[in-house]
Formats: sequence, C-alpha cells, structure tokens
Amino acid sequence: MPEPVIELEGICKEFPTDPPVRALSDVRLRVERSDYLAIVGPSGSGKSTLLNVLGLLDVPTSGSYRLDGVETTALGDGARTRLRGSRIGFVFQSFHLLSRRTVVENTMLAEIYGGQSRRGRRERALAALDRVGLGHRAGFPPERLSGGERQRAAIARALLGEPSLLLCDEPTGNLDSRNTDAVLDLFDELREQGMTIVVITHENEVSERAVRRVRITDGVLAEE
Amino acid sequence: MDIRDLTGEAVAAITVRAARSALTTLGTVLGITTLVITLGIAATAGNQIVGRFDELTATAVTVEVPENDQEIVAWDALDRVTRLRGVVAAAALAESKESANLSVRSNLLIDPTRVTAQTLTVVAASPGLPGAARGRMVQGRFFDSGHVARRDEVVVVGEQAAKMLGITRVDRAPAVFIGDHAYTVIGILGGLRREQSLSSAIMVPPTIGRRFGLRHVTRVLVTTSLGAAELIARQAPTALSPGDEGMLQVIAQTSPTRARDAVQNDVNALFLILGLVSLVVGAVGIANVTLVTVMERTGEIGLRRALGAARRHIAAQFLLESTLIGLTGGVIGASLGIVAIVAVSAAKEWTPVLDVRLGLAAPVAGAVVGLLAGLYPALRAARMEPVDALR
Ligand SMILES: Nc1ncnc2c1ncn2[C@@H]1O[C@H](COP(=O)(O)OP(=O)(O)OP(=O)(O)O)[C@@H](O)[C@H]1O
Ligand SMILES: [Mg+2]
Repeated sequence: MPEPVIELEGICKEFPTDPPVRALSDVRLRVERSDYLAIVGPSGSGKSTLLNVLGLLDVPTSGSYRLDGVETTALGDGARTRLRGSRIGFVFQSFHLLSRRTVVENTMLAEIYGGQSRRGRRERALAALDRVGLGHRAGFPPERLSGGERQRAAIARALLGEPSLLLCDEPTGNLDSRNTDAVLDLFDELREQGMTIVVITHENEVSERAVRRVRITDGVLAEE
Repeated sequence: MDIRDLTGEAVAAITVRAARSALTTLGTVLGITTLVITLGIAATAGNQIVGRFDELTATAVTVEVPENDQEIVAWDALDRVTRLRGVVAAAALAESKESANLSVRSNLLIDPTRVTAQTLTVVAASPGLPGAARGRMVQGRFFDSGHVARRDEVVVVGEQAAKMLGITRVDRAPAVFIGDHAYTVIGILGGLRREQSLSSAIMVPPTIGRRFGLRHVTRVLVTTSLGAAELIARQAPTALSPGDEGMLQVIAQTSPTRARDAVQNDVNALFLILGLVSLVVGAVGIANVTLVTVMERTGEIGLRRALGAARRHIAAQFLLESTLIGLTGGVIGASLGIVAIVAVSAAKEWTPVLDVRLGLAAPVAGAVVGLLAGLYPALRAARMEPVDALR
C-alpha cells in the first residue's frame, strides 16, 4: 500500500495568548494520493490554522505530521522550507500574484527557489498555463485578467514543480459563480490527472464537488 | 537559488516601481554629486593654489652670508650672479643688529604732542632689490648705480615705514632724519612677495650703509626663471665668493609640496564632511523607502516563503534591491558631479583635475550606501513569519 500524502496524528495547536487559544485539538487525518478533500467549518473554527500546519507554514504544538512519509514536526526551519517548496503548491483566496509582472513570469516564480535548472523554465511555465487553459494570456499582467483567470494563473504557479499536494484556502472566495465553476472544473480535471487536492471553504457549492468532506468545529475534526 | 534569478527578481522589483525607485535614488544622487563635485573642485582649486605657491617658491633662492670681520661676498660680486643663465633679478642686502633699531623721523610732521620718531630698521641694499624681492615701486624710483657711485644721501622707504612716517608722496623730495642726519626719500617700495619685513625698513645705498655699520653683504636674494632655481642654488655661492663658497648657506625651496598639502587637506576635509553628510541623508532616504516597501510587500514575502524561499533569499533580494538603487544613484551622481566640475572649471578657466579613482569609487560608494541602508529593512523582511506575512 502506498504512503499517504498526509498523515496527521494527534495534532494540537495552541496559541500562547492570555488565555491560551486551542485552535486545533487532537486532529487525526489521512489523505491518500489523488484524494480531493474539502475542509469546512464555521468562522474561527481552525480551518486556516490547519491549512498552515498542512502547508508547513506553521508548526503544531504537539502531534505528528508525516508528508509523503517524512516526519515534518522535527524539521528545522530550512528543511521545512525546502520541503514546502518542493512538495506543496498553494492557492490563496487573494491570488498573491505580483502586479505588473506577466502571467508567465508569475508562474515561473515557483521554480526559482528550488534546485531546478533555468533551462526550459519558460516552456514548463507555459505548459502549466496551458494545463489551466490560460496559455493565451501568458504575456498579460494580472491587472488585465478576470478574477477567475487570476486564480487559474495562481493554480498554474502552484502546479509548476509537480507538487504532491495542492493546498487551497478559500480558492473561490473572491470569485463570482461563473468563475467559481471554471476553477472547480479545473480541480476536477487535475484530480483526474492524479493530483491530491485539499480545499478549505465555507461554500457548500465548493465542498459538494469534493470527493470527501471533513468538518472542523472548535478545533475538533470530524469526517462527514 | 541562481544568482541570475536573484538579480532578475531585484531588477524587476525596482523597474516595476520605476517612479518610486527614481525618487529613492534622488538622495544618493544628491549625496554622490555633492561628494564628487566637492572633491573634484577641491582638487581643481587646490591645484590652482598650488600653482601660485609653486611659481613663487620655485623661483626664489636666498644666500645667507655668515657675519665675519672679513668680507666674504663683495658688493660687486653680485654682477657675476646677475650674469648667470636663469637669473631674473638679484640683490645684495646688509643688515646688522646695530642698524635694526634706529630712530627715524620725518620732517613733515612736527607736532610736539606726538611722538614722531619711529624705531626702524636700516638696510643697505644693491639697486636690484625691487626685482629680487618681487616688489614694485609704489612711488618714485629705487636708487641706481649712479646714486651708489656718487654716494648720494638718498633712501628708499618700505611701504609700511612710509605710512608710519607719514610720507605719501615723493615728488617734493621729502627728507627723513636717521639719527641727526637728513636723507632724501626718492621712492617707496611696496607689494613685496619676498622679504616682506623690508616693507617696514629704510633702504640705503651700500656706500651710505657704512655709516650705520653695514659694511658687508649678509644676504643675497635671487629670483630665477621657472625651473632654474636648483641650478642657480648650486652656482650662486661660487659666483659670489670663489674659494669661500663653503661658508655660504643657500636656501632654495626644494619641496613646495608641504605648503600645498596643508592647504589641500584643509579644503578637502571641509568639503568631505559636507559630502558625507549628504550621503548619510541619502542612506536614510533609501532605508526609509525600503522599509515602507517591505511593509507593503508583506504578501509577496509570504508568497515567496510559501514557494520555498528561505529567510536568506528574502534578505538577499531586499539587500540587492537597495544596493542597486544606491549603485544607480552613485552612477548618476558621479556623472552629474563630473559634468559640474568640468562646467565650473570652464567658467573659472581652471584646468579640471579629474581623478579616475573618484569616478570609479563614487558608484561603489553609492552601492555601499544602498547596502547599508538596506540592512535593517532586509532583516525585517527576513524575520517575518510566513503565516503572519500571508494573513
Ligand atoms: N496567531 C494567533 N494568535 C492567537 N489566536 C489565534 C491566532 N491565529 C488564530 N487564532 C485563533 O484560533 C482560532 C482559529 O483561527 P482560524 O484562523 O484557523 O479560523 P478559521 O476557521 O480560518 O476562520 P475563518 O473562516 O474566519 O477564516 C480563532 O479563534 C482565532 O482567533
Ligand atoms: Mg481562515
């Protein structure tokens, strides 16, 4: 049986405020390869906190997190950063595209911090843009794209470098229903190609398209 | 991370905010321009000052004759010096302690309430003195060989001495009393560029000087043409006193650099401080704007961290950005400064002194200013936690 992409075991996250906030409480989660998982829950329930832990942007207070079989909680800052860069693609609600840089330049950004060779980078970026159906907009700056196109550009960037996991935090939060559909169609396609996708959302439309749904309430995770 | 990628990102970040980047370089441009102009003008102006110093000191030779009962240098030996190639003017002087404090009185002012007698130095001089001491006759004329041969009782007073005695004109042949004896004043010598003490002295012909104990030559002043001073300094003693040249002491300004260095250093120090102050202002400007930029680009920093950028990558990018801004300011400042130096020199008809090292060091200085200014903002950027930066 292949290694799961994500394996969380007894994950707790406490913020050392006064009084301390327990944002995640004994979270246990397995995500297999090619899973398409939606995490839902009310505001303040700990969705973003969980995503930060999954994305190696934050370390849990206790518990074990294995990404592709690698125990991450014991890693130092540098090793965690390298693992994040090579295994995880992020899609943010606010796109985080660099303004006045072309779409293809924005996409190529995903490779500059890894060890990949510069040769063929533009071609790889253009291929990723083709994959999200944005090849014809490669030379555009993000300012001239629609919201849906921007999010697809961000997804192309996340796909560059073949991550094992696509982590999306409210990917359709800034989009109208038509653009939302386009992005969700894209997720379906990517999943068919074998990509592992974890989406945080509070929109039913988004979570219903996912194969699997988990709900988080006050930091406690439950399968639906 | 490939250095080309790092450079590409830094350059892109600068050019994307072209207007802001241009304004940010402004402080450094001003600082470097000021520095280049001040250093360049100081060097150029210093060179002009040096030119004047050199011309005077490089053409002056003085021969000191030790006091002796015997005559070491005869008055007419001066002719042999005058004939040397490269000598423009020469004069012999006789001074002594006894003649240094003589009571001199003018016949113009007889005012019992005022002390009209002055204590002045009387010096015996040969006719070539105005040329040798690089002075000019303010009034009248200097005595010539005829006066000397006829033992005429004539004197020339220094400009300062004339003032003290109240002599303003010589066309009515005023007289001065040295001791009880009257002498006719035939000229006033002023504008001395050598032996300025003669300005407050009374010059008498050698034949008259004997009365005041001024028998023997004690000093010979020679003015040479440019570049001849060293040669004349070697030849003059033999010409003046064949056989006894070893007793003569020759003073020729062999290294005028001391005077030059002193002047130049003073000027440079002042200007340098000015330029450095401007540079510090420029650095503060870059630091300020870079810090604002870092805060504005928090999201971008978070994104880069999410894409796998280590803290050092973030720091390197912001450092490189501020360094490039400083470098650009340095290049522009150096160019403007050099143009200004040439313009000022042209206006003043100076020869511009452009040090190549200055032209190369200025951009480097700009880059260093940018680098230093970027240290703190880069540190702030690198310290950001990705979670906080992405919020
Ligand atoms: N840095 C922090 N320090 C203290 N408390 C925090 C911190 N970050 C989050 N929290 C708290 O942890 C809890 C979970 O926050 P989280 O951001 O994960 O919620 P969320 O489910 O993403 O909510 P939303 O849907 O509104 O984005 C909240 O109560 C929040 O106040
Ligand atoms: Mg959230």
